Amino acid sequence: MMANDFEGPMIRVEDLVTHYGERRILNHVNLDFPTGETMVILGGSGTGKSTLLRHIMRLENPTSGRILIKNEDICPMSDEHFNQFRGKIGMLFQSAALFNSMTIEENVALPLRELTQLEDSTIRIMTRIKLDLVGLSGFENYMPAQLSGGMKKRAGLARALAMDPEILLFDEPSAGLDPITAAGIDSLILKLKSAFRMTIIVVTHEMASAFLIADRITVMDRGEVIATGTPDEIRSSKHPRVVQFMNRIPEGDEQDAQEYLRSLTQN
Amino acid sequence: MQPKRVADAHPSLVTNHLPLTTRHWLFMTGVLSFLGRNTLDFLRYLSGLYDLGAKASYWTFVAPFKGRQVKWRSAIHQMVVAGVDSIPIVGLISLFIGIVLGLQGAYQLAKFGATYFVTALVGVSMTRELGPLLTAIIIAGRSGSAFAAELGTMKVSEEIDALEAMGLNSVRFLVVPKYLAMLVMMPCLTMFSDVSGILGGALFEMAQLDKTFSMCLTATRDALAMHDITTGLIKSVVFGLIITTIGCNEGFSVKGGAEGVGKATTSSVVVSIFLIIFADVIFTAIFYFTG
Repeated sequence: MMANDFEGPMIRVEDLVTHYGERRILNHVNLDFPTGETMVILGGSGTGKSTLLRHIMRLENPTSGRILIKNEDICPMSDEHFNQFRGKIGMLFQSAALFNSMTIEENVALPLRELTQLEDSTIRIMTRIKLDLVGLSGFENYMPAQLSGGMKKRAGLARALAMDPEILLFDEPSAGLDPITAAGIDSLILKLKSAFRMTIIVVTHEMASAFLIADRITVMDRGEVIATGTPDEIRSSKHPRVVQFMNRIPEGDEQDAQEYLRSLTQN
Repeated sequence: MQPKRVADAHPSLVTNHLPLTTRHWLFMTGVLSFLGRNTLDFLRYLSGLYDLGAKASYWTFVAPFKGRQVKWRSAIHQMVVAGVDSIPIVGLISLFIGIVLGLQGAYQLAKFGATYFVTALVGVSMTRELGPLLTAIIIAGRSGSAFAAELGTMKVSEEIDALEAMGLNSVRFLVVPKYLAMLVMMPCLTMFSDVSGILGGALFEMAQLDKTFSMCLTATRDALAMHDITTGLIKSVVFGLIITTIGCNEGFSVKGGAEGVGKATTSSVVVSIFLIIFADVIFTAIFYFTG
């Protein structure tokens, strides 16, 4: 299913800068996502990792910089043009984002119904296959509210897979799940990885799951990429913030005392 | 506007140690920047409304010719929820207002021995003014708030992002069906309200003024011109547009969690009712001066 007619990474982020109002969220981010690899973006809350994901999905517009998917810059594209890319990208949202007024089957079938000209019977079969893939066969006619958190994530994943994407994005796949269910989602990601040669990006702060599923890991801090490499390279990194993150050392109070005093006397 | 808020926004304005002229100067710049900021916010809000309206018009009138059909199933569902389900409450309130109009009208007109004209008073007031206005206020409270809550909840739970991520336009999917439903149902509900109000007036007259039902009907028919009914219906369409635009805009602009949804719901009702009455003044003036 992969197009092999182009060289280089599936996604390349070049010098990306983003502001929310006055606040800078992403600070000159440069990052390559190699084709067919699983990249895990690690980082604390508010470090801009989800924002980066939303940019790749074009849910946000950057202040400056470029995002290349298959060597095409998606930022200045018209909506019509980008819609051709959207079918190639599936995203699992943090809250699964299932449409609450539709059954699970209708949720998964929605992109197929709206974006393809397929027969209803074909859509039905494809939907069943996707639900089977995530282990939800038999739940076709349930409403999202009737499912547990882990099952919702699985259904959201089935919907993200509906269009057979080449790129799959996960925003905090294990957030709000118990360890066993979270491990289930991890093994599902591993299963997808071995079954399809998809480029997968996972944003998380769960280190155990990151090292389990990643081919490459990127650590982000305060809107900047501070380290990127294979899991082993990250594990042996000497960068103080990476070490702090890996060893779960809380933010120090004393080292910022001077800064704190200065912030009080300003204004 | 309120000096206290200016001082809050600009702590530097609390400057009792400075000479009086300097203090006046600082206060004036504070007031000006306060006014300016609020004016800009207001203009930004208006441009948001315009943007939403323009997108919705595009997806309703232009896109179907490019092969992107309107979601009729969803529109019909909205018509049932916003329109058909509102019939009992609109009917009941209009009936009561009809009775009240009859009572108040008779109280005044009896002084001139002109209670015959109560029917005309009820009929004309209902069709020209109260039918559309009552319906709009009820629907703003019932459906406008529901629009804001629905879209706001979808925004908070990332459902709108998910739609966009799939390449499905949220305005086409969620807003256009609501516009269509309101454009169809507002005039229908308004006519229903007109009839209920007139019926309420007739009930009072039959009970108190010794008229028969057919006398009331004849008097209403004689008093009403087609013009009275059509101006009311034109108003109702405009009110429907206001309710949908405000409700959906508030829903889309929700930030934060459940609290944000609550705020959006409340302000959708307040802002729509304000704009409905404002538009009512303008339209009534236009109809008055153009005959």
